[in-house]
Amino acid sequence: MSGYLEGIIILICINSIAAMGVSLLTGFTGIFTLGHAGYMAIGAYTAAILTVRHHVPWLVAVLAAGTLAMVIAYLIGVPTLKLMGDYFAIASIGLGETIRLILENWQSFTRGARGFPGIANYTTLPVAAAFFLGMLILMRFLINGNYGRAFKACRDDFVAASLLGFKTAHYRVLSLAISGFYCGIAGGLMAGFLTYLQPIMFDMQKSTELTAVVVFGGLGSLSGSIIGTAVLGIVTEVFRPISQYRMLIYGAIMVIIMVARPEGIMGQHEIGPKLLRSLFSRKTVNEVDGTHG
Amino acid sequence: MADPILRLENLNKHFGGVHAVKDITFSLEQGELAGLIGPNGAGKTTVFNLITGVYSPDAGSIVFKGEDIASRKTYEVVSRGVARTFQNLRLFPRSTALENVMTACQQHFRYNFFEALTHMGRWRNNEKSIKKMSLDLLERVGLLEVAEQAAGTLPYGHQRRLEIARALALQPELLLLDEPAAGMNPEEVHVLNGLILNIHRDFNLTTLVIEHHMEVIMEICPHIICMNFGEKIAEGDPEHIQNNPEILKAYLGEEVEE
Repeated sequence: MSGYLEGIIILICINSIAAMGVSLLTGFTGIFTLGHAGYMAIGAYTAAILTVRHHVPWLVAVLAAGTLAMVIAYLIGVPTLKLMGDYFAIASIGLGETIRLILENWQSFTRGARGFPGIANYTTLPVAAAFFLGMLILMRFLINGNYGRAFKACRDDFVAASLLGFKTAHYRVLSLAISGFYCGIAGGLMAGFLTYLQPIMFDMQKSTELTAVVVFGGLGSLSGSIIGTAVLGIVTEVFRPISQYRMLIYGAIMVIIMVARPEGIMGQHEIGPKLLRSLFSRKTVNEVDGTHG
Repeated sequence: MADPILRLENLNKHFGGVHAVKDITFSLEQGELAGLIGPNGAGKTTVFNLITGVYSPDAGSIVFKGEDIASRKTYEVVSRGVARTFQNLRLFPRSTALENVMTACQQHFRYNFFEALTHMGRWRNNEKSIKKMSLDLLERVGLLEVAEQAAGTLPYGHQRRLEIARALALQPELLLLDEPAAGMNPEEVHVLNGLILNIHRDFNLTTLVIEHHMEVIMEICPHIICMNFGEKIAEGDPEHIQNNPEILKAYLGEEVEE
């Protein structure tokens, strides 16, 4: 496989991990965020500093990156998730930018805008793919069970959820912490893929991109988020020769998806045996309707 | 006589200048099936919201099984054995009927985060138990055939019954039903009456029903509390309520004239 193609696949794996985190928070818990690049930045710089300055093994560093991002997400979540609906989305813009500005201005620790070079290239294709698969399985398992139902209950109707005995605040913060962990891991892997970091890589555009792929993939569909990430990644590469028009093409694709599939590429469905069954049963329902009509 | 399971004492709640609930006092004995009636805006649903901790009262006490729950949070009240349905349905519309009930059932079959993450340990058995209990409840309210349909796509009467199933899944001792017959035609109301009476008996419940349909209240509730403008204006058995001039004036009288 050519190095170029390998690079694209690694990047899609990494971005998919981050998108899975955002998918849990936005798609399954109903909390919109526009600042999750901040948690990727925390993860990336943690992994970079631990491996380069403290010679920590890369695997430990990546896990530490996820853990630190999770802890920070939790600490941010406790006071801010009292904000409901759009208010949290607005606060998250500020939080994401704050993290980036701290990294940019804490020169002695992060080298600021000059960038952080010399990170070992530990994110190979097998590493990225293994992390992607492992974290995908864990997330699917989590969603298919008591926590998944609790998150969805908080998303659909938090009053009803609390009257079914759920501490909704607890689940909202937990969802944010887990999504922080996923973005932190993605950031840690990103450091080992790019071998060079700059705070500007994790700006608001990156945050918006993360939420955009989740929305266009379909809120409440994990496979949708991954497909969204893959489509965006491939479009970026295909149109690289005319990269000055890239945002124009992004915009056009998003409009097309919005018109053609307002509920996102996958809607709420997941790829799997259940989807095939539901496609089949939908067909029979239509047939029944037809005979009625 | 044993202590009442629920006792409200001088309960008060203001919303700005509106005195929504004014010195409400009543109690329910264990195993009672009681009705709470009154014209629109009388404060009935507010009483439910106060009992379940959605609002906290400005003054007064709510004693449930000997414990004051007036300042408790919603989930704490629920964990003590209170469940309710809603006047304007609050199902999870995108989830299936089965998932809606399972979301409540899972409170009885717990497993921890790591078991959820790995599907190991108690996950398999408990998920099985949750599903079985949910299907039993759906069968009980006659919704087994639509278990896999999204709740939001069900007909209105089915959604009402689904809410009752979801509330029962919490295995409550006190069940609060907020206008369960709203929007139903007379036949549906008749079926619903049977359902309420059956679950009340079979699940060993104390039930409090808010209802506008007099045929529901008069037929099934031996104990009726009537509210108007936030105050309790009468309490007694159906006969007493039907002959009370105060209520005829406030409420029933208007319906009779029509």
